Amino acid sequence: MRFSGFGSGSEARWGYDGSSFSELLQIEYPHLAFDLARCGNLERLNVPHGTTVLAFKYADGVIVAGDRLATEGMRVASRDVQKVYATDDHSMIAIAGAAGPAIEMARIMRIELEHYEKIEGQALELDGKANKLSQMIRANLPAAMQGLVVVPLFAGYDLRRKQGRMWKFDVTGGRYEEAEFEATGSGGLYARESLKKSHYARASKREALEMAVQALTDAADEDRGTGGIDTVRGIFPTVIYCSEPGIDQAPASEIREVYESILSRRSNGRNGAKS
Amino acid sequence: MSLPFYVSPEQVMQDKAEYARKGIARGKSSITLEYAGGMVLMAENPSSLSKIGEIYDRIAFAGVGKFSEFDQLRKIGVRYADIKGYQYSRDDVRGRALANAYSQAIGDAFTRELKPLEVEVIVAEVGDPGLVGHDQNEIYRIQYDGSISDHQDFCVIGGSADEMRSHLSANYRTDLPLGEILRLGRAALARANDGKASVNEDNLEVCILEKARIGRKFRRLDADELRQHLSG
Repeated sequence: MRFSGFGSGSEARWGYDGSSFSELLQIEYPHLAFDLARCGNLERLNVPHGTTVLAFKYADGVIVAGDRLATEGMRVASRDVQKVYATDDHSMIAIAGAAGPAIEMARIMRIELEHYEKIEGQALELDGKANKLSQMIRANLPAAMQGLVVVPLFAGYDLRRKQGRMWKFDVTGGRYEEAEFEATGSGGLYARESLKKSHYARASKREALEMAVQALTDAADEDRGTGGIDTVRGIFPTVIYCSEPGIDQAPASEIREVYESILSRRSNGRNGAKS
Repeated sequence: MSLPFYVSPEQVMQDKAEYARKGIARGKSSITLEYAGGMVLMAENPSSLSKIGEIYDRIAFAGVGKFSEFDQLRKIGVRYADIKGYQYSRDDVRGRALANAYSQAIGDAFTRELKPLEVEVIVAEVGDPGLVGHDQNEIYRIQYDGSISDHQDFCVIGGSADEMRSHLSANYRTDLPLGEILRLGRAALARANDGKASVNEDNLEVCILEKARIGRKFRRLDADELRQHLSG
């Protein structure tokens, strides 16, 4: 514990005195905040990559979903990796790109928000959270230049504006708010195309789940990296809703039900279209 | 150059202790109690500056004395806990280690610095029935000179601690429901209140560590909820 020299009168006696956990790590505990970019070129490093995540608005707020597969080149690295995380009661992050640094970033983001809330006595605004994440992505730029790209989606419920909101990012920390839907990762393009057809903002919770599962199924259909729903092993996508009361995760049983109805529709020759 | 007067170490320590005690006695008191659903931390606090704070999942902090000093201690505790939880696991962040670190730091300041810290703090950790070996509540009290003690059932810090303590010893029972423990706490705080019958609930700061909550067990009761519990 860094309390040494308590009360000596100088500013430095307390050590770092801000409200940010990631800054605290870098300034006071640099040995814990290891910079991967110091290791030279990482492009040939075969590390697991996350594949498809998506976010869109629905009637009560915003929904975020992701498949469960991580790939190492052409191989399956993990079938049940989690790519969507609640970062606090009203925000969540979905990661795509190099899984190691991305999961670490999601973890630090979660601690960051909790840390700020405890130190300051009140939570950050949703805009503030998104902005903080963009700074963390920018700080990862040296590692991204060498191959470890992390580009998450961030979404949450804005308690001041009473609406769900979401952002995508680029490797330089560029932050772009999306009005309706967004998907990223290797199958992101296909998921986005699927959402383009199905999305409507006043969808109920159940309809939102259907759209999300449909988009992930479409992505898995076209993109070999995206994991389809694995009913044999019982591995289902992570789907998290965020609305005014807070975070809520869709149960696997409901996802299975929705998925099976989509499959039966498709096997009846009515592809994505609803009856 | 004039020679400094010789002052015996005993005298220095006594003077410092008296200075710190006087500083603490000027402020209001704070109590921590165990109840059926976990722990409750209460302080009489008419201002909006908090005396009670969340440290980690199961750990809360209460301070009395000079606000700037104990609030700084609270923040350092949050940093300590978050770093430890990041480095190891969330279950590795324990109240006893934090209380020891506080004791070291406050004791250090007491012996080294001219001005001791005018604070007294409580570190409370609620037990988690789902974690073997972590299922007991713990209360630690750290005084201005760094002396540390652990307590069961309840703990009082601050100016008029003795009156409050005797009230609690006479009336405390284990496993009280939340409403009753809050009424008991208010009655105890009123003992310090210049003989006034009771403490206005608008001037109460109340936080609870709820066993039943998942993850972060700390919660601040707002005025409406508090009023409901106190009247119920």
